[in-house]
Amino acid sequence: MSYVQDRLRRTMMFVPGNNPAMIKDAGIYGADSIMLDLEDSVSLPEKDAARLLVYEAIKTVDFGDSEVVVRVNGQDTPYYDEDVKAVVKAGVDVIRLPKTESAAMVHQLVNDVEAAEAEYGIEKGSIGVMAAIESAKGVMHAMEIAEATSLMMGLAVSGEDYTSDMHTKRYPDGQELLFARNMVLQAARAAGVYAFDTVFSNMNDTEGFYRETNYIHELGFDGKSLVNPRQIEMVNSVFNPSQADIEEAFNVQNAIAEARAKGSGVISMNGKMVDKPIVAKASRVLATAKASHLIDEEGNYLGK
Amino acid sequence: MENKAARHIPETVLKSLALKPFSGVEIGQPEVNYIAHQVNVTTGENKVVDSIADVIKKTLKDGMTISFHHHFRNGDYVFNKVMDQIIALGYRNLTLAPSSLTGVMNDKIIAAIKQGVITNITSSGMRGSLGDFISHGGLKQPVIFRSHGNRARSIEEGEIKIDVAFLGVPAADPAGNANGQTGKAVFGSLGYALMDAQYANHVVLLTDNIVDYPCTPASIKQTQVDYVVKVDEVGDPDKIGTGATRFTKDPKELKIAQMVNQVIVNSPYFKNGLSFQTGTGGAALAVSRYLRQSMLDQHVKASFALGGITKPTCDLMDEGIVDKVMDVQDFDKGSAASMAANPNHVEIDASWYADPHNKGAVVNNLDVAILSALQIDTKFNVNVMTGSDGVIRGAIGGHQDAANAKMTIITAPLVRGRNATIVPDVATVVTPGSSIDVVVTERGIAINPARRDLVAALTKVPGLNVVSIEALQQAAEARVGKPKPLAYTDQTVAVVEYRDGSVIDVIKAVKD
Repeated sequence: MSYVQDRLRRTMMFVPGNNPAMIKDAGIYGADSIMLDLEDSVSLPEKDAARLLVYEAIKTVDFGDSEVVVRVNGQDTPYYDEDVKAVVKAGVDVIRLPKTESAAMVHQLVNDVEAAEAEYGIEKGSIGVMAAIESAKGVMHAMEIAEATSLMMGLAVSGEDYTSDMHTKRYPDGQELLFARNMVLQAARAAGVYAFDTVFSNMNDTEGFYRETNYIHELGFDGKSLVNPRQIEMVNSVFNPSQADIEEAFNVQNAIAEARAKGSGVISMNGKMVDKPIVAKASRVLATAKASHLIDEEGNYLGK
Repeated sequence: MENKAARHIPETVLKSLALKPFSGVEIGQPEVNYIAHQVNVTTGENKVVDSIADVIKKTLKDGMTISFHHHFRNGDYVFNKVMDQIIALGYRNLTLAPSSLTGVMNDKIIAAIKQGVITNITSSGMRGSLGDFISHGGLKQPVIFRSHGNRARSIEEGEIKIDVAFLGVPAADPAGNANGQTGKAVFGSLGYALMDAQYANHVVLLTDNIVDYPCTPASIKQTQVDYVVKVDEVGDPDKIGTGATRFTKDPKELKIAQMVNQVIVNSPYFKNGLSFQTGTGGAALAVSRYLRQSMLDQHVKASFALGGITKPTCDLMDEGIVDKVMDVQDFDKGSAASMAANPNHVEIDASWYADPHNKGAVVNNLDVAILSALQIDTKFNVNVMTGSDGVIRGAIGGHQDAANAKMTIITAPLVRGRNATIVPDVATVVTPGSSIDVVVTERGIAINPARRDLVAALTKVPGLNVVSIEALQQAAEARVGKPKPLAYTDQTVAVVEYRDGSVIDVIKAVKD
């Protein structure tokens, strides 16, 4: 495994780091990223056992095409150092730092990762980092956090801790997260990194889950953190491009090919110039369509 | 000798039981003869009696064959009530020939075997302490395992000659008309018991609910019944079946179910008039949820659903997606109630369901069967009978029969705990690989190479990970390693028949 900066990241599935049965099967559901958790889902007496389990799992379990992320314990805990060393040695793709509140915390993590890479003879920079924003302070510093390192993969809003810090709680309409979501998203976009929305944990409220996922997709988030594999398909269905989007993306691709064939540096489509954001959007649409099996290898549309 | 499933069958076993080795899944068109049964003529008066012991004394002799049905499942009171009397009366050398055996019967059977009351058993299967007892050589004569269709055939052709059938029912009238749909301990279809009622020399009904004459619908008819015994209770309604079978929430089972649905939808059978049978395992049952959505999306209607039936299948009928439910057995109260309420929910007997030696059974009209397995091997053979320790813990049920479908899909996780599900050789061959078409695991699907049409139809479906059965076996082995071979003694403790009565495999006593 190794860290890839640009890839599809619609779904980040949380898997408790102390649950071997769930870890062993985590790769079968087609999550874009799997986040093995050493933090909140592991009780204090199990911290060491979970670290060992996650270490062995990264080295031996087949996670399919999923990116493997580990959420280590916070920098203010006695578990953090060992967690970072273990997952670096195991060769994780991305380390997720909880409760990130400043660029300095990210610098600390990168230093620790680099030290571990040096210790275990791993090439420097082969592991990405991401920051979970879980407090008012973290939200206010989102921009400096997002820009703290070239290894930054993305920012994630963590709603539970944040709402508690804000003296409120989660509500169905999401107003309490409005500011945090937009701050994190703006910072991520400005820094050119990924943005992830918080988990939705009531598995019985399918309607609420779709409402929230549609909303964060509309805002522009890249993906959502998930607590159950059953949510993967639901998120993917929200993120699926329409048939018109796919056709448009193919047209952009054709225009690029035409321009190349003509040796022209300017890409034009229907008389209009195609600029960089449109090209980027087209490749995102096609990557998503392919991952969701909406098109076959020849590009024929297979969706409903 | 080695049979056509490449299993070693001891000549002595074939000889002593007068059985032929398995020679292939083709039934052909043999001419067979059905046997007739004894009739003790009456006008139908005075059938109602209070004493089980009196009826037993009037009908049963040492060495005879007795039968029961298993429609009450783990809520059965009838079996133990009757066996208590038979044991107390000191009978010897009886053959026990029920449609199947459930856990509540285990202790009584072990006691009866130890006292010499039962010396032969034929059943669809057995589990728990009884399976363990038999697998450790507890019964001298080998148990004969038969599928539901094969049991019907064996009864018709006299290989099982039932002297006395003790059949529990939730409602009967004094003349012996009875059904499984009214009363307290309802279970719905009487499918398996209908064979016993038709062919046994003596038919004894046991009921806690004698209703006014005539009791209709009369699944069992007064023309077939010798005695109606009034007992206090025939079964525990709460243990017969849950209210409604619920869909699994296990994400791995749901994943497998989704893959099965993709297989069905992309097969040549997914069109109007489709017919299917789903098992009751978590994944197999959950298929109907995904299939429902695909049928709605693509405007496909099924002509019938077959088999052991659950409420979710009945819901598809109520929704108008499935025209008819052909029901040999119900697994929950919702399904049992549906049969009573809906004329398109049809009770069928075991012969109509699955018998290979009649003039056509419903399984011959079946498009898609979704079945589960304990083990599958690289020859696609399926074991639903013995566990990874070699001990009997399963039942053939309708497995071999439903595998007669045009497309038979086996669902199983790649590994269970530390045991591989896909193995080089199954411990016991129950359903031969030549009748299995597709194996679906969470890590990929394997298609029987003989089905080139399905290979062509399914290989190019985006997202469907089609691999070889060998690749699945190796993936399983890579995860859990190679187990030590099981150790058996020379004693044959059970014979597994194929649907036509030939021997497909034998089960040896385990060496502990």
